[in-house]
Amino acid sequence: MQNHYENAVYPSPFHSRQKQHNQLKEWSRWADYLSVPAYWCESMEYFAGRNACGVFDITPMVKHRVTGPDALPYLNRLMTRDVRKIKPGRVGYSVWCNEQGRVIDDGTIFHLAEGDYRICSQEHQIDWFMTNALGFDVTVAEDTHDVAGLALQGPTSCAVLKDMGLKGIENLTPFGLTTFDFEGTELMVSRTGFTGDLGYELWIDPEHAERLWDRLFEAGELRGIMAMGSDALELLRIEAGFILAGVDFLPAMEAVRPTHTRSPFELGLGWLVSFDKGIFNGRQALLEEKEKGSRYNLVKLDIDGNKPASQSYVYTPNKKFAGTVTSAMWSPSAKASIALASLEAPLGKPGEEFEVEIYYQRELKWSRVMAPARVVKDVFWDPPRKRQTPPADF
Amino acid sequence: MTDSSTIVIIGGGHNGLVCASYLAKAGKKVTVLEAAEQVGGAAATREFAPGFKASCAHLLYLLDEEISQELALEANGLSIAKSDLATIALAADGNHRTLTADGVEGVGLPAQDQAAYAEYRRFMSKFANIISGLHNSIPPRITQERGDLIQLGKLALKIRMLGQDDMREFLRIAGINIYDILKENFEDPLLQGALSLDAVLGAFSGPRSNNSVFTALHRMSGNNAGAAGAVSIPAGGMGAVTQALASAAAKAGAEIRISSPVRKILMDDMRVSGVELEDGEQIAAAAVVSNADPRTTIMDLLGARQVEASFARRINNIRAKGNAAKLHLALDGLPEFKGLSQAQLGERLLIAPSVEYVELAFNHCKYGEYSASPVAEITIPSIHDNSLAPEGKHVLSAIVQYAPRNLGAGWGEGKAAFTAIVMDLLAAYAPDIRDKTLSAELLTPEDLENEFRLQGGHWHHGEMSLDQFLMLRPVPKSAQYKTPVDGLYFCSAGCHPGGGIMGSAGKNAANALLGQ
Repeated sequence: MQNHYENAVYPSPFHSRQKQHNQLKEWSRWADYLSVPAYWCESMEYFAGRNACGVFDITPMVKHRVTGPDALPYLNRLMTRDVRKIKPGRVGYSVWCNEQGRVIDDGTIFHLAEGDYRICSQEHQIDWFMTNALGFDVTVAEDTHDVAGLALQGPTSCAVLKDMGLKGIENLTPFGLTTFDFEGTELMVSRTGFTGDLGYELWIDPEHAERLWDRLFEAGELRGIMAMGSDALELLRIEAGFILAGVDFLPAMEAVRPTHTRSPFELGLGWLVSFDKGIFNGRQALLEEKEKGSRYNLVKLDIDGNKPASQSYVYTPNKKFAGTVTSAMWSPSAKASIALASLEAPLGKPGEEFEVEIYYQRELKWSRVMAPARVVKDVFWDPPRKRQTPPADF
Repeated sequence: MTDSSTIVIIGGGHNGLVCASYLAKAGKKVTVLEAAEQVGGAAATREFAPGFKASCAHLLYLLDEEISQELALEANGLSIAKSDLATIALAADGNHRTLTADGVEGVGLPAQDQAAYAEYRRFMSKFANIISGLHNSIPPRITQERGDLIQLGKLALKIRMLGQDDMREFLRIAGINIYDILKENFEDPLLQGALSLDAVLGAFSGPRSNNSVFTALHRMSGNNAGAAGAVSIPAGGMGAVTQALASAAAKAGAEIRISSPVRKILMDDMRVSGVELEDGEQIAAAAVVSNADPRTTIMDLLGARQVEASFARRINNIRAKGNAAKLHLALDGLPEFKGLSQAQLGERLLIAPSVEYVELAFNHCKYGEYSASPVAEITIPSIHDNSLAPEGKHVLSAIVQYAPRNLGAGWGEGKAAFTAIVMDLLAAYAPDIRDKTLSAELLTPEDLENEFRLQGGHWHHGEMSLDQFLMLRPVPKSAQYKTPVDGLYFCSAGCHPGGGIMGSAGKNAANALLGQ
């Protein structure tokens, strides 16, 4: 545990190594930790993630441990998806809702062993998770500070881990979870990530964090390994079509204006809602929504031109307000201006045409363009290597 | 297993029996499952010493007239031994005050207090009338739906119809404390003390606690075929009311099973399918209506995991800390109270010598202690009803406060010490009380909890306060008696309009179920 009374922001267990790589000397805050926006060049770090591999410190991600005989029924009542389907040694993505069926946060559920789970999320959840424990034989604890995490993402990631000595890592399937001995301590590896590419997440006791970093960079030297900052990760995740709490949706517990929050259906996450598993938080409200219809659709937009459409308004072709862009970028991999946008239902069917009002600046001069755009169904970046087991040796 | 079209009612308290009657009258097949050997719960008459009987709820002041008529309680055996009891504020020197609907009397009572009392009764009765108007209706929810809006509109209109001055006064005082109101209106400490006790009886509050005006209004919201707040004693104790209700229910066709404690509510997928008794017997049901308090119903009988977390949390957080103990004395003849005639002994006697005294008595329970100088509401019902005690003997029944459910030192040892304090208290007003006492029984909130299965030992299944009233009682999303679980309903005093022997929660619950 950290003492938050004395210090609100902590150096990560990888701080000494991050410092060596951080040529720009810029630091940002992510939850309780110092984080690096860019080590030396956002674009280079992005391309490392797509063409070699990037190392991103995920220690600040909020982690919870749920253990006990009722861990599964507890999680099944908490989460919208059917947690019974996440077998031991597997990881599942889920959202959790409040009573109004609005998303509190999204995250990953690591099924470590029978009756033992780790939940990773963007926001601190301990209050809500403990509230949910009423009537269940479970222990819920936050262990953010007890686990150091690194994401190793990109096509050469598997080869780097193999070279580092993780025997059989190539057999780990997407959303699989396994452990290795690492210099006498346990290293947990999951084939998960936030980039929509081949990639892994490594979890270790903070005491061994620096050694892990060093061994990775030794092993990856000839495979283009590079420290990656949060700016590059942001680009990678938008291409992958992943949503981010606080950006693409307002976490329900933080909302002062409850109508500004979103249901799973309104975020395109209806596939995570399982009505046939019994009671879960938000069930009644979501059933009603399913009957009456949702208010919004979260869509992927392919926008003409090359100007990032950040924070833009979206209009129908006859100039009626349709919604707003939540995340946008010029995608180097898709060679397109892409965006995630929240549109007023029923707008937003694949193929539907819109116009995006983009304001942009060239040498201090502001201009505006109404760029035609269309809704696309598939994510912008979806390489086969993401799913391939064993992955090709890049 | 019985037929699955049955509606099972858990608990044969007065609300469960009222609910059973209305459902049976509407043609439903109803089975009431009562854990004890007789129906009535805390409103049953029970023998506490050989030949001496008393009921925990000892005064009738809220029984709904409409329900009483509709269920023909008189024809079913209910008779009133004494109605319109006066309230006597006892003084240690015997110079007491007598309060009735018509006025207040007492030697040395300031003249302006008599006028102020008439005005106090006028506005309090008028305001209490707003609450009585809500008793027999299912509370509106805060939604945009037409029915809810109309009902809220009606309530607003009723408040507006008080007139400019009274509406302003109602809005000013409804949420605040009785101490300030009494100080604004009265000079006489004894009168202030007596009136303040009506605002805190059975509550986890003192006269200076917010909401205490509301509690007083709620208490006055019955009319009991008399003036607002009129108090009466049923012949045969409160058990006579519940026996009459049971008789009405049985005549309507409801089956009543005693000694049938329910262990759990059964679910089939997402719907209630019946109940299981402690002996393992399962009873299938189309719907289950719980007369148990809401917390027991959800947390113990159903299980928190069967509902969404927010709902479980709200139910778990219902404020229901009992503070009232019940004293029953078997007396070898009538005691002598200083300054009281024998006839006056049959009235409602209060020990609350000043509003400050009541507040100090309350202070203790905030810290898990019982009052060093408690307050009490005393009746000697055997004066009006010779069925309660052997010839020439009497029963004294008193509500004594404050005795917190969670006594810091535990009731194991606390009970004898608190009983001694209460006996000393009585002796200060009736010096011969110890000599006359053949046997004494003190029921702490812990005893009430264990004997009557009331979580927190709270008579009202939850504080009667604005934060737990109308659409907030017991908690949002179940204030219309239907819980979020398909087929499960509440009908206890934990629901609107709350505690006191009233029956409206049972009637409203039946209507909610029938309205489906």
